[in-house]
Amino acid sequence: MSITLPALTSGASESFKVSGKYSAPVRRPIEPVGRSFLAHAARTLRGHTWSDYEKLQAEKNVKVVEENPDDDIGDEDQDEELLSHDPREWKTADLYAVLGLSKLRHRATEDQIRRAHRKQVLKHHPDKKSASGGLEQDGFFKIIQKAYEIMLDSSKRAQFDSVDSHADVLPPTPKTEYDFFEAWGPVFESEARFSKKQPVPLLGTMDSTKEEVDKFYTFWGKFDSWKTFEFKDEDVPDDTANRDHKRYVERKNIANRKKLKQEDNKRVIDLVERAYSEDPRIKKFKEDAKKEKERKKWEREAGSRQAAEEAAAKKAAEEAAAKKAAEEASLLKQDSKKAKEAAKAAKKKQKRAIRGSVKEVGYFGEEAKSADIEADLELLVEKLNETQLATVSAKVTNASADAVKSSFTDVISELANEGKVDRSYFKYFK
Amino acid sequence: MSTVLGISFGNTSSSIALSTKDGKVDVIANPDGDRAIPSVLSYVGEDEYHGAQAKSQLIRNPKNTIVNFRDFVGKKYDEVDISASKLGSPAIKSANGSISYEIQRGSTTESLTVEEVTKRHFKKLKEAAEDYTGKKVEGVVIAVPTNYTEEQKAELSKVLDASGLKSLQVINEPSAALLAHLSAKEDRSLEDKVYVVADFGGIRSDVAVIAVRGGIMTILSTSHKLGLGGDKLDDVLAEYFAKEFEKKYKANPRNNARSLAKLKSESIVVKKTLSNVQTSTCSIESLAEGIDFHTSINRLRYEVTARQVLSEMSSFLEEAVKKSGLETIDIDEVLLVGGTSHTPKLAADISFIFPETTVVTSPALDSKALNPSELIARGAALQASLIEGFDESEIKESLQPIVVNTQHLVKPIGIKDSEGNFVTLLHAETAFPIKKTLEVTNGDSDAVSVELFEGERTVKETVIEPEQDSDDSEDEEEEPEIKRTAVYVSGNKLAELALKDLKPNAKLEIIINISNDGVLNISARELKQGSVAVKGQVSSSS
Repeated sequence: MSITLPALTSGASESFKVSGKYSAPVRRPIEPVGRSFLAHAARTLRGHTWSDYEKLQAEKNVKVVEENPDDDIGDEDQDEELLSHDPREWKTADLYAVLGLSKLRHRATEDQIRRAHRKQVLKHHPDKKSASGGLEQDGFFKIIQKAYEIMLDSSKRAQFDSVDSHADVLPPTPKTEYDFFEAWGPVFESEARFSKKQPVPLLGTMDSTKEEVDKFYTFWGKFDSWKTFEFKDEDVPDDTANRDHKRYVERKNIANRKKLKQEDNKRVIDLVERAYSEDPRIKKFKEDAKKEKERKKWEREAGSRQAAEEAAAKKAAEEAAAKKAAEEASLLKQDSKKAKEAAKAAKKKQKRAIRGSVKEVGYFGEEAKSADIEADLELLVEKLNETQLATVSAKVTNASADAVKSSFTDVISELANEGKVDRSYFKYFK
Repeated sequence: MSTVLGISFGNTSSSIALSTKDGKVDVIANPDGDRAIPSVLSYVGEDEYHGAQAKSQLIRNPKNTIVNFRDFVGKKYDEVDISASKLGSPAIKSANGSISYEIQRGSTTESLTVEEVTKRHFKKLKEAAEDYTGKKVEGVVIAVPTNYTEEQKAELSKVLDASGLKSLQVINEPSAALLAHLSAKEDRSLEDKVYVVADFGGIRSDVAVIAVRGGIMTILSTSHKLGLGGDKLDDVLAEYFAKEFEKKYKANPRNNARSLAKLKSESIVVKKTLSNVQTSTCSIESLAEGIDFHTSINRLRYEVTARQVLSEMSSFLEEAVKKSGLETIDIDEVLLVGGTSHTPKLAADISFIFPETTVVTSPALDSKALNPSELIARGAALQASLIEGFDESEIKESLQPIVVNTQHLVKPIGIKDSEGNFVTLLHAETAFPIKKTLEVTNGDSDAVSVELFEGERTVKETVIEPEQDSDDSEDEEEEPEIKRTAVYVSGNKLAELALKDLKPNAKLEIIINISNDGVLNISARELKQGSVAVKGQVSSSS
């Protein structure tokens, strides 16, 4: 601010007046190093003007500030009840809320605890309270200090965490409608922090495999927690006056711890049992197992069933075949009967034709000997077989007397040659 | 920790540096513990020696020891002065005209091109860096002298890539050194100053005059002198010891190459010792004819012996400043770089050239100054960490002439204050685009004018009367000392702005900015809510 501008001498009417040009610039290479060069390059290449570039830079800076999430550690306000808590009863106060860490609770790191404590001290220090008109109200400050002391001692903090019911997630109320996974997941997640063995298998989803679910229930069935209950101890009187009483209190504390621990273990077991009984996956797995069993059985019996089927089919086929055969046989029988009858009829016809043939030709002109001729024919017909009968009857039907006579003589001589008939039997055809 | 390195590749020694997350820079020592790693390779039997171990082979095994090869990279045999390699293995012209060395390795004779030697050197540096960080090196920024040609830079990048180090950028040594110097404590890069960066190395000296304006560096001039460097100091010291030895024992140590090498290596140790303490001993066993040599030398004797070389160096610096068209009175700061800068006498001589207002940075004058041997590597490491986040194409784009070659103001631009003095807003050699804000006041008057001028340089001479010392009357003949300072007065008037209706002693703001295309915008306003700025434009005469 040391530079003072000269007073306006001329009463110039215009506020800006150009009176010259500056000397022509010279082009030189600049050194491509350093932050300023990079900024220059970015400006030149991206065509930013100064203000654009500054805007971008400013935006970047804002982002950097937002990136620090821990800034509001311990900024929560405590409610009236907590502020007026009796410092002698500090054990019953929510020590995380005292430090303004009621959201983070057991997840708060040591660094976060230190920072939160610093903020609370700045807010609640008795000097500050009395300066703003308050009287000897350092009760809450005492609780802050006590809480800080507990939180920085890892074993004491574990003892407090063990009984920190504010951090517990309650299981869903029985006999109400709820989604199994939504309701139980957080419960086990919260409970998992007490496990001596880490990592703890979590509830999972409906799609978890049977192995995962089994692993989950096996783990929780054997759940081993590090919870301790020293925090609930009754204060041991440190006066030496009544030693017996002191020992009595100590014994009572130990017994009480044991009892609480047992109760807690039972609580976990109950939780797990209840979850198991409600778990839709377990039901699903049971059903699956049942179905699987049925399917197995079905498969196991498949062999014999097939054999039976085959046997039945075979039997049916056989029956059908037999039936068919029988039908065919009967048909055949009928056919042969007909043929026989037809043959018989034909024979009769042929015999009649042979017998009648001689009468038609007038017994070859020898009517007197007709009885001998007919007797001979009768004998002939008897002796002729079917084919001879057919040929002879064909030859003699509508034939001349000589033709008939010759054909009879031919067939007789044929039969005689064959030895079937004795020529001497014939009276006419000798 | 980032895994991009800065490498300073010198003729005599190389350094590797790496910048840490918090913006500090570590110079890495090689497995021998040296932070200035001698750029020497030596072959003994089947083995390859590197660094200080190789350098010690110069006495016994000079034929197989390769030194001073940096300047040869990418050059033809006929283009260079090969006298630099007179100590070690001689440089040989190979069939295609390039430079190579012949070394005996085991029973075979190997012919190594200078590029191959450089590659092996870089590989050793890479091993040292990876050994130190435990991580792979992702890329390097390497610094080279300003007279390295484009072909040499390209060749060097190729060699770097071949050795497994990805070359991110090749930068100039003086800019690297200045970058390291400016970022050493608080960031001083936004101060507008003119620097002289004087690099006194082993076998050469380089001077660059650099203007820093708004964080942007512009090299105004460069000068190089080959052969002038720490080696010459070693030689005069060796000659001094040789003479003394000859006088004492009547034996000449110069006849024997091994004796000479012994003398030289001891002289280097003595020279370095004398930079820190006043007296140094020198002892060489069996220097010549089996005679052990033991003597001591003090700093004054050394400075007298080396006077000629040292004055050569300071006059070289003076000439280099002249070459830039400036006078020593225009220089704001002198930065000494390179191993020879440790010499106290050199720093004293140089500060004598410049007026008192000029700051000379050297460990001899300011014990807090950074080690001049490490400045270049530090600067390269800083640059490497700056460009680490960029893509290769982005870096390449940023090095285009359109970005790098910018307009610079020839004359300063400023305003006149109520007493008529010129107040500089933008210095000469300011690169465009630039924006600057100045806060002023109106004093008692209710209306003021902002008159924009170009500055004209004048030299003001003030005569300082010699102090009258009553006790010492003998010095009456002493000439009155004339103190010269560069002063700018307002010359060519460019524009005038009027601000009216002001309260007394109000705060006023003047913003001047010159855009990329050379248009000068000036605006002035009262710093209060709702005030209207007076604005105007001035163009350049071209």
